[in-house]
Amino acid sequence: MLKLPVYLDHAATTPCDPRVVEAMLPYFTEKFGNPGSRNHQFGWESEEAVETARERCAAIIGAQPKEVVFTSGSTEGNNLAIKGAAEMYALKPEGSEGRGHIITSAIEHKAVLDPCKRLQKRGFDVTYLEPPRDGIVTAEMVKAAMREDTILVTIMWANNEMGTINEVPQIGALCHERNVVFHTDATQWVGKMPTDVEKDNIDLLTWSSHKIYGPKGVGGLYIRRRKPRIRLVAQQEGGGQERGYRSGTLNVTGIVGFGKACEICANEMDTERERLRALRDHLESSMIKNVEHVHVNGRPEKRLAHITNMSFGFVEGEGLMMAIKDIAVSSGSACTSASLEPSYVLKGIGVGDDLAHSSLRFSLGRWSTKEQIDFAIEKLTWAVNHLRELSPLWDMHKEGIDISTIEWAHH
Amino acid sequence: MAYSKQLIDHYEKPRNVGTFGTSAQVKERKDVGVGIVGAPECGDVMQLQIKVNSDTGVIEDAKFKTFGCGSAIASSSLATEWLKGKTVEQGHEIRNTEIVEELALPPVKIHCSVLAEDAIKAAIKDYRLKNGLPVEEEAHTH
Repeated sequence: MLKLPVYLDHAATTPCDPRVVEAMLPYFTEKFGNPGSRNHQFGWESEEAVETARERCAAIIGAQPKEVVFTSGSTEGNNLAIKGAAEMYALKPEGSEGRGHIITSAIEHKAVLDPCKRLQKRGFDVTYLEPPRDGIVTAEMVKAAMREDTILVTIMWANNEMGTINEVPQIGALCHERNVVFHTDATQWVGKMPTDVEKDNIDLLTWSSHKIYGPKGVGGLYIRRRKPRIRLVAQQEGGGQERGYRSGTLNVTGIVGFGKACEICANEMDTERERLRALRDHLESSMIKNVEHVHVNGRPEKRLAHITNMSFGFVEGEGLMMAIKDIAVSSGSACTSASLEPSYVLKGIGVGDDLAHSSLRFSLGRWSTKEQIDFAIEKLTWAVNHLRELSPLWDMHKEGIDISTIEWAHH
Repeated sequence: MAYSKQLIDHYEKPRNVGTFGTSAQVKERKDVGVGIVGAPECGDVMQLQIKVNSDTGVIEDAKFKTFGCGSAIASSSLATEWLKGKTVEQGHEIRNTEIVEELALPPVKIHCSVLAEDAIKAAIKDYRLKNGLPVEEEAHTH
């Protein structure tokens, strides 16, 4: 019996794996000590748990445990990495202009874009690369944007809306050649794909627990310690925890859960990925077969296996989501938020506003089943056909009118 | 966001979906007024058609097609229901605020009701122009 609603929004967040919850439980009650308490048993056992978790978190990205700083999640990690590196490696002191050049892309998460915008106000120059329609940020693009005064490059590993994979190892190599600090927001990547910060030439890497079946409110920031040693200006001051990079009593339960989640992903990601890829491909190919004018956004072969972003021509995304209310997905048009703008990510790669308004993201996860995907295919096929019956654009299309040639009365 | 019962009802069972012919056909029909408002890149396009009895000036039938979110579909469905049986003049008096109230539209969806009012006015204007009737100046701006 299929349990409704079906959750296909794992790129937003994932449920905790029960094994993670089990590992966390003792640290709420019996083992509640502050790892900063160096003088008694309670502190010691908490500290030990945190260090075990740190080893597990470091292992999944090929880092040394000392190179991992625990944060509250990727938003904090991105802020600390980007602002912290910019302030540390600034060419000129605070208050001056021309403090250094930063390269990022227009399809980053807001947790990267907004810190970059903040830095622009603090005297830094920022270039926002706009990838082409395939959605991939290449090393070639970064190379072309490099300047003498470039101090930092921050490019996400995999895009959260399309699942497209950027040329991160190559961009890292380019940065290392030029002694530029390289940060990657790997929130959608780590735990799904093999990661090796050494081989992949990464200086700073952000990831998050709740995207990989761990608890919310905890994440990691990798800070390279050698060749080269990277330093950051702390963004939060206080008790000096996490080598001074992140003051504040450690979220022990969260960290324990995060460590367990990393360990499980490290062991299971290869089989999980192939299972989800088969389901995702089944969803995509069935929709392409069942209805006309389905467009998959992002270069198909360069994507994470569990994400698909599809545009359904002549149907509006939010209306479509409402028609498939038994399936939890995410809309490319951010109409559910206060802004009525369609996805800036899809617009950033040159998808027209009309198709951007017609897109949905489906992201599969550890407990997604064939039965759920078949249900989604059936519902979605019905909904697209139903809404096209209601769509004046569909009529126009059927009558052979090219919608792009109509002069619409804009509001 | 929780939607009202009325909104969901109009969304799930939209009234008066359809047209009185192809775009070319309705263009030729003097008894039909057509209003198309919105734009695909804004995420909303509403098409409203009214069929008017030229003797009585009564809107005998109304049809809609909408590309948009649930609130846009529900607003246009409600508009067709309200238009049927009204005279053209009475139809012209329908205000977006009444639609907001009836469907309990949340603040971010008020533009859907504005679009529906615009569609009504555009359809009436089209009918009047086709029949050589005076067209009221558009006082409403937004």
